[in-house]
Amino acid sequence: MAKINVSQAIGEALAEEMRRDSRVVMFGEGVATKRRDLVQEFGDKRVRNTPLAEGIIAGTAAGAAATGLRPVIDLLFAPFICFSMEELINSAGKLRYISGGQFSFPLVTIAMTGCGWTVGAQHNHNIEAWFVHSPGIKVVMPSTAADFKGLLKAAIRDDNPVMFFIDMPLLFADGEVPAGDHVAPIGQAATRREGTDVTLISYAKMVHTCLSAAETLGGEGISAEVLDLRSLKPFDEAAVLASVRKTGRVVVVHEASRTCGVGAEIAATVAEKAFDALKGRIIRVTGPDAPAPSSYALEQAFIPQQGSIVEAARSLVGR
Amino acid sequence: MTDALNERSPRSLLECMMLIRAFEEKNAALQAAGKGPGTCTSVGQEASAVGVVRALEPRDRILTNHRSAGHLLARGADPGRMMAEIAGKSTGYCKGKSGTLHISASDLGVILTSTIVGGSLSLATGVGLSLSMQGGGAIVACFFGDGAACEGIFHESLNLAAVWKLPVLYVCENNQWQAFVRRRETMLIDRLSTRAQAYGMEGRSVDGNDVEAVFGAASQAIARIRETSQPFLLETYTYRMRGHYEPDDQSYVDPVELASWKAKDPIQTTRRRLLEQRAVSEADIDAMQARVQQRIEQAVAFAVDSSYPSADEVATDVYS
Repeated sequence: MAKINVSQAIGEALAEEMRRDSRVVMFGEGVATKRRDLVQEFGDKRVRNTPLAEGIIAGTAAGAAATGLRPVIDLLFAPFICFSMEELINSAGKLRYISGGQFSFPLVTIAMTGCGWTVGAQHNHNIEAWFVHSPGIKVVMPSTAADFKGLLKAAIRDDNPVMFFIDMPLLFADGEVPAGDHVAPIGQAATRREGTDVTLISYAKMVHTCLSAAETLGGEGISAEVLDLRSLKPFDEAAVLASVRKTGRVVVVHEASRTCGVGAEIAATVAEKAFDALKGRIIRVTGPDAPAPSSYALEQAFIPQQGSIVEAARSLVGR
Repeated sequence: MTDALNERSPRSLLECMMLIRAFEEKNAALQAAGKGPGTCTSVGQEASAVGVVRALEPRDRILTNHRSAGHLLARGADPGRMMAEIAGKSTGYCKGKSGTLHISASDLGVILTSTIVGGSLSLATGVGLSLSMQGGGAIVACFFGDGAACEGIFHESLNLAAVWKLPVLYVCENNQWQAFVRRRETMLIDRLSTRAQAYGMEGRSVDGNDVEAVFGAASQAIARIRETSQPFLLETYTYRMRGHYEPDDQSYVDPVELASWKAKDPIQTTRRRLLEQRAVSEADIDAMQARVQQRIEQAVAFAVDSSYPSADEVATDVYS
């Protein structure tokens, strides 16, 4: 185990996978400028800067992925992906199906999002659910340095297009990362804290808020389990249902806007498949249906807070 | 595929154009009779498809679009598997999952067919990047229309291909129509190849209804790409002689304009020229027509006799 931050974990994953597989290439806005170590080790053919043109970055990645390369692209901030939707959704997500399975698209799209840096709505928009709703695409959103490394390595090895979202304020958070070839499988949730009274289901930065809430609840004699989804598509349905069957109470927490967010899918799945185990309603604690603000005060109002999660859990256990 | 690609004689180019025309007209007839879906035909544009595709080598790749039948057939695609695909049958090139709009045939190097206008432009740079990094001198020909040249991705694609020195032959089939809009309503220039200069690449326009001229221009462009490792913009100036899709009565088309282009029909022009040159006889042409008709009838029979995919195929091929 070594203690490194998320940014370093991402750098390690990229270098290790490029070393392991010569088909892995990386390009995007400022990639070659910022990642000089990768350029030095792997050369300027495999690590490239691009024009500020997200459509062609994603299209180039899709075309290259289908013809033998394994591209990783950095689109910087998630809202910029709006310029790449045609290429990611219509090409990378659909051309395998449309062609009757003739092509595969091993490509990873990295983008930052999330409140914390007061960058405002055109640099911060948690759009992960858009991709969860789109066929042919996988979506991951890690919460720890170990998972940033392990899931990025898994994403690069995956033969499908994977959206890799970085919750911005986590970028310089430290964490223990296992030594060696650490790969975290896509589609597996992680239980961050065991509990018996209520399950807090979350992902990305909100996992840490849920852990703080669980700590507070513990002080009140309420035993909260914290489940980190890590992977949003596919999501670990078995882990979600197992935890719900254990606790019978569910709070789903995410920063993304509420309506048709990932929490809605989790809640619906629980209602559909574990209704008999539920001891009360399912509560969602989410960001509002509004663009992300830039004022620090409003940003804090946007992010689900520990207090709201604690209150939701209390109400479910009848306190 | 190899046989088709080796066939570059003027008479084989003519027969291939005749096959494309017969294929497209058969689909239109099937649609009109209520026996088939609407297709976007390439009638009038056969010389562009045949002239460019036959100038490529087997190692090269092709990206096409919703008006793809000419490119596929010129590459040697089986009309039966194409008809089956259009009919949504499991024996089609895409197991019936494409239908008419986005047929890919990767064993022929016709890959990643997208019906999104400009879709091929966004993917061509990636294919070019793979080919360039693999070495070996292969190129990718990317077919699109004057409509796609109005999309922002046209700029992004040509610019990146030039900057990265990617082996892409951009083929703009300027057929004067963008769905139901006249090209002249959407741009002030007449020759799209002049845009090449803006990206620091070579460009050229050619009479897209003259198959031998297209073949010559494409051959030269391809040689330039292999020699310089730079992309090239080739414009084939042609005309969409049928509607945007079937059925489309073209009531919005100026009849004088349509008649003037019908007088330049690429198949009739080539046929007259070869007869004048005594490169073919009337009997040769009759024999070609008979062969073409037989292939089309066989193709229809194959499609009709083929079965639909089973219902459990509805959610397969989503993920690798």
